Amino acid sequence: MILIDILKKDRGGQIFLAVLLVTTVTVACLNLAVPESSVWHVSTYTVTLLGKYLTYALLAVAVDLVWGYLGILSLGHSAFFALGGYAMGMYLMRQIGDRGVYGNANLPDFMVFLNWHELPWFWYGFDMFWFAALMVVLVPGILAFIFGWLAFRSQVTGVYLSIITQALTYALMLAFFRNEMGFGGNNGLTDFKDILGFDLQADSTRIGLFVASAIALALGYLACRYIVNSRLGRVAVAIRDAEDRTRFIGYRVDHVKLWIFTFSAVLAGVAGALYVPQVGIINPGEFSPLNSIELVVWVAVGGRATLYGAVLGAIAVNYGKTYFTAALPDLWLFALGALFILVTVLLPRGIVGLLRRREATQ
Amino acid sequence: MRQLEHVRETFSRGEVWSFMQPRPSSLELDVTHGTILYLEDVSVSFDGFKAINNLNLYIDAGELRCIIGPNGAGKTTMMDIITGKTRPDSGSVYFGQLINLLKLSEAEISQAGIGRKFQKPTVFEHHTVFENLELAMDGDKRVWPTLFAKLTGEQIDQIEEALEIIGLSEHLGKSAGSLSHGQKQWLEIGMLLMQNPHLLLIDEPVAGMTHQEMDRTAELLTSLAGKHSVVVVEHDMDFVRSIARKVTVLHQGSVLAEGSMDEVQNDQRVVEVYLGE
Repeated sequence: MILIDILKKDRGGQIFLAVLLVTTVTVACLNLAVPESSVWHVSTYTVTLLGKYLTYALLAVAVDLVWGYLGILSLGHSAFFALGGYAMGMYLMRQIGDRGVYGNANLPDFMVFLNWHELPWFWYGFDMFWFAALMVVLVPGILAFIFGWLAFRSQVTGVYLSIITQALTYALMLAFFRNEMGFGGNNGLTDFKDILGFDLQADSTRIGLFVASAIALALGYLACRYIVNSRLGRVAVAIRDAEDRTRFIGYRVDHVKLWIFTFSAVLAGVAGALYVPQVGIINPGEFSPLNSIELVVWVAVGGRATLYGAVLGAIAVNYGKTYFTAALPDLWLFALGALFILVTVLLPRGIVGLLRRREATQ
Repeated sequence: MRQLEHVRETFSRGEVWSFMQPRPSSLELDVTHGTILYLEDVSVSFDGFKAINNLNLYIDAGELRCIIGPNGAGKTTMMDIITGKTRPDSGSVYFGQLINLLKLSEAEISQAGIGRKFQKPTVFEHHTVFENLELAMDGDKRVWPTLFAKLTGEQIDQIEEALEIIGLSEHLGKSAGSLSHGQKQWLEIGMLLMQNPHLLLIDEPVAGMTHQEMDRTAELLTSLAGKHSVVVVEHDMDFVRSIARKVTVLHQGSVLAEGSMDEVQNDQRVVEVYLGE
């Protein structure tokens, strides 16, 4: 019932969710049920790649919610993504147990290597999945809440806000690079064995993670769509278009921004948590400011303030990246830069805007 | 010596320390004395320039007051002080008997019942006319209630009534960005009405309007007075003459003259200020 309500006027969303459902089911069946010798078989490598794209898509939806609808250009969203990823990575590290290189059941390999003798306090609890899952939501959420509370209360907006989000993710990157932080330094966390008792290398686990990513993306999309359709969503757009006016008609602009920003950070954290077991590593590189900027490019390419455009952009650009970095590795960064300029100049509404215009002329 | 006096005053027997005084528990407006807005001895300066200088102004409940004055007389600054955008250096600003506006935030002032229309029409361009009014509607504007808000039949009636008053009933589904300049001004007045304000502050409502639109606006504003108190800041003398019952002339941050349009126009000081000797 609620589902019909949310999607009633959202044709793009209906198409997107239908495509997502069909793709997920087809890919899962073609991987598990079709023998490897058949041409129709989808390799596990492809499944994992698609799963990775889906987590990127969820991250892009989170950015579109704050950028497209609320007008906050966050250039630090990969920080929340990476924090969610680290929380999941810590759980996966603890699952290794005594199967690590040093065979120490109590300490992850990198701590043994650094000559540490006991587990730091902030690693406590991460051997339990429920605790890690809670942290995936809480850590990015609380960071976004504190950051947002300070920034929005003092009415920092526009370019200045973008710059401090960038500084936030850069500071976190530098901190996580340090070995003393206890997160594995520049090597990050890797060499994961299993999740919830399932072998991470097994096809069935890979499919499970892929399906979980698809479900998370669908739920995240629906939650964002619900917010956007609500009066709160209209207030958000009002803030984007005329912030002072919104304040004068009695809305607490700082509170609205804070809650939506925090929710978006939580979504990014969940995306990061699903990303890590599929790619098998999380390191401080994920905090890199460049990642956050690339992320904004995905949303711009897909089309801002549409949500499904963000999904489209994330998948299209990342497919391009996978293809180009393999075929013409030197050209990728130029291609990305050119893409951003072309989209800004020629397609201010992204791919979705192009499709809509074509539809309108027909 | 002055400090000693200050100490004596603080500890005198009759003194009730400010933190002991009961704060009004709600933002309920009390206009039992017939005056809705008090500005007393208000001064504010920007970088040494006194924008407002010992201003005293009283607005009666239900009246339509026009405020005129040459450029730089402090009209907009006065509006900023009332709505909490600018804090005065000294003086007091009360809304009704009890509400001290200097202690409230901008959003709280708006919730207490003061609506403001800016000089430049600012409506939410990407929203429809209907949505603009919906957003402005009086009600619980905290985050969670807003997320789950549903329009009731009563509220829809209220919006339609406002659409009727501002004459935009046919355009309710249009996006506000596509309206004409005059229509945007009316929509903004409509948005003010949706907040059920006790006091409306309207900054230059007819700037850039055609004569026809001006007449419509004059009608609209006079129809609002009575139920609401309306303060209009305007440059256009013809327009002021067509709506004003009482006019206040501001000059260099304080009140120069007050009275009916005829009285004010025949006041020698006003003529000097406007015509320069």
